[in-house]
Amino acid sequence: MTELPRAMTGPAPAGPADPVLQIRDLSVALPAWADRRLAVNAVSLTVGRGETLCVVGESGSGKSVMARSILRLLPEPHLRIVNGQVLLDGEDLALADDRRMRQIRGGRIAMVFQEPMVSLNPLMTIGRQIEEILEVHTDWGKAERRRRVVATFEDVRLPNPDFIVGAYPHELSGGQRQRVMIAMSLVLEPRLIIADEPTTALDVTTEAQVLTLLKELQQRHGTALLFITHNFGVVAEIADRVAVMRSGELVEYGAVGDVLTNPQHPYTRALIDAVPSLVPRRHPDAPAGSTAEPILTVRGLEKTYGRPSAGPAWLARLVPAIGKGGRGAVKAVDHVDLDIMRGSAVALVGESGSGKSTLARCLIGLEAADAGSALIAGDQIVGLSRSGWRPLRSRIQMVFQDPFASLNPRTRVGDIIARGAVLQGETPAAAMAQAHDLLKLVGLEAKAAERFPHEFSGGQRQRIGIARALAVKPDILIADEPVSALDVSVQKQVLDLLDDLRRRLGLTMLFITHDLRVAAHVCEQIVVLKGGRIVEQGSTAAIFADPQHEYTRMLLASVPGRDWQSRGRNDPVDRVT
Amino acid sequence: MTKPFWIRFVGNARVLIGLIWLALVIVGALAAPWIAPLDPFAISGQPFVRPLDGFAFGTDSLGRSVWSGLVHGARTTLLIAVIATLGAVAFGGLVGAVSGFYGGRTDNVLMRVTEFFQTIPSFIFAILLVAVLSPSATSVVIAIATVSWPPIARIVRGEVMSLRSREFVQAAVTLGEEDFVILFRQILPNALSPLIVTGSLLVATAILTESALSFLGLGAPNFMSWGFMIGAGRSFLRDAWWLVATPGIAILLTVLSINLVGEGLNDALNPRLRTP
Repeated sequence: MTELPRAMTGPAPAGPADPVLQIRDLSVALPAWADRRLAVNAVSLTVGRGETLCVVGESGSGKSVMARSILRLLPEPHLRIVNGQVLLDGEDLALADDRRMRQIRGGRIAMVFQEPMVSLNPLMTIGRQIEEILEVHTDWGKAERRRRVVATFEDVRLPNPDFIVGAYPHELSGGQRQRVMIAMSLVLEPRLIIADEPTTALDVTTEAQVLTLLKELQQRHGTALLFITHNFGVVAEIADRVAVMRSGELVEYGAVGDVLTNPQHPYTRALIDAVPSLVPRRHPDAPAGSTAEPILTVRGLEKTYGRPSAGPAWLARLVPAIGKGGRGAVKAVDHVDLDIMRGSAVALVGESGSGKSTLARCLIGLEAADAGSALIAGDQIVGLSRSGWRPLRSRIQMVFQDPFASLNPRTRVGDIIARGAVLQGETPAAAMAQAHDLLKLVGLEAKAAERFPHEFSGGQRQRIGIARALAVKPDILIADEPVSALDVSVQKQVLDLLDDLRRRLGLTMLFITHDLRVAAHVCEQIVVLKGGRIVEQGSTAAIFADPQHEYTRMLLASVPGRDWQSRGRNDPVDRVT
Repeated sequence: MTKPFWIRFVGNARVLIGLIWLALVIVGALAAPWIAPLDPFAISGQPFVRPLDGFAFGTDSLGRSVWSGLVHGARTTLLIAVIATLGAVAFGGLVGAVSGFYGGRTDNVLMRVTEFFQTIPSFIFAILLVAVLSPSATSVVIAIATVSWPPIARIVRGEVMSLRSREFVQAAVTLGEEDFVILFRQILPNALSPLIVTGSLLVATAILTESALSFLGLGAPNFMSWGFMIGAGRSFLRDAWWLVATPGIAILLTVLSINLVGEGLNDALNPRLRTP
């Protein structure tokens, strides 16, 4: 470690007056075959009453292991605490026996997990799952337990608590489930809540609500909160103090204002710089929208999932209820009109369920649209068969979301990339030579062609995915959340690569994302989708400056750390004057 | 870095024991005419000669060499079991792959047919088939293959279904790849591990089925086999134990070895159990 954390260099950061949790020199060992010896290396942290400490780091930084070791939820003996103390109100949990730990878990320390769907038992009602905690930790009667559960649900502002007590997890939305998880953690009024990326799986508007709720509840109950995240926007939103971890070590630790505005460690600085700015870019060489010809014209496109109608037409006339779209039918794409100009970059923005991915899949032929038309440079694609699509494959290509699932693990990288060109009639040798060039183009070595996908990191694999899409020399590139599965610092590199390639190759880009910051970073135009419909479209700058639709305003307001992003961050080239 | 497949596979002690025994059996079967020159059906000495008394494994009620029977029997048993398994894997694999890849009505029809075969008790079905087709080496192979393909079809179908929705398969679709190329180049190589494991374990089941059929006298006539030897020796169990014990132990060890090797393959091929 070249640079000592703040905590060790200057005077200790103004420690909380009333410490609830003190971690001292905590080290957690990894099994012998791991890539490093310690998952957590001599970390010291303190969380005070009513205080929020955010632990920030990328995947593999040891932040989750650190949090789990507080509750001793490690998969022992593979991971075990080898050194240090975990003091909760002065009691060392590292030495506590199993019975004592069971009392502490849920009672004194509660944990909120990342994925609200898998954290709840699907076979038990919500009320039952919370009552179980009270049964274990208290000797209250049934009526009293019930009263407490309903009161807690009201506390986390769940609508209609009496219904939710009897509901099963699948009957609730993702945000409601996460509220239930928070209610679960609050029900015994613990001293400390550990939240492990509790909003990562949520939509941005839901995330904003959950963060506000957490902050408010914490102030009301005076609970200490240890919040683990990889997102500096969230840090700016809720943290009092910040700890940055890398490779198991604490690299920076201090008050939120200091760390965000004046980061000491280069790694912290890199992480903060990697957060895409909410300030829209102005591209000097952006083609003027009015003069360019449209390359993709979509008119009245529709796609319905589920049964389109429950009975034959004559029956529907007799019994009107039958004809009403059928049970469980969802209009994923609802009469979408869209014009995309040659050489432009358009972001399709929306929350999960907005139909943005379905629209993209219809445009690339992975789904068949039910009605409407879509023309790629004049060629109709709606209603084409698989063989009818084949000649059009070189016009439009896609970069997929998950770089770990989108490359065949049994095929060499060179063959993965070259295959598209071979299918377009190129000789294998020429296609392989082109694959080598493409690898260099996306910032990898030509030697990478000989290797298998598992030898590459997430960001490198996404570069390979981009090279594969470019191998057929497409006019249009659809990128479906290409960075949402990547670490923050890698996200920026991949976004910059896409932006650069688009300019150099004159690509038209359709960028699907839920993150307005990502959209602002690479696209001049934004199309906002909600419930399968376009609610607003226009230039990024115009929409950010003056959103017309209420939903767009809500999306913009929900971006975590919005104030910090538009105020403190500056990027002279990109700043809108 | 994980160790190469072979090291992980052979480094497992149980696998090594299994492989050694299987190698002995295979070498014995291949070299049968040289290491056991006596015809297994020829009367070569006195009946009921005890083991190590002139004959390594003794002789049976008609004075035939048990050693010759063992070695030539290994030939028949292994050959029938392996061919039947290959047939089952090929047919079941094809049914499963088509079923899983196309889904919908194709899947429905093929899976109902598969279930039809699965509902019939397999050994009784095999006996019935051999009886109908008249006992011969070919009909034993057909019978074993017919009763053992459904589990293969189910496994391959499940694998193909989950792989079909993976993004790398979709990427192949967007590049304009043909269906069968996608199936054979993208999907099946990734479904190979469970197929190899199940296939290797099927060989063990096929050996047991073949032995049981031969025991009942429904095996291939004119071919010595382990099951036939047990069947012929069972009435002298109290007087000449070696007639039943030697081929019985041979079956036991071979089936056990195949299971050990199959499980070892599973450990080495299944990435979730992999400890680097």
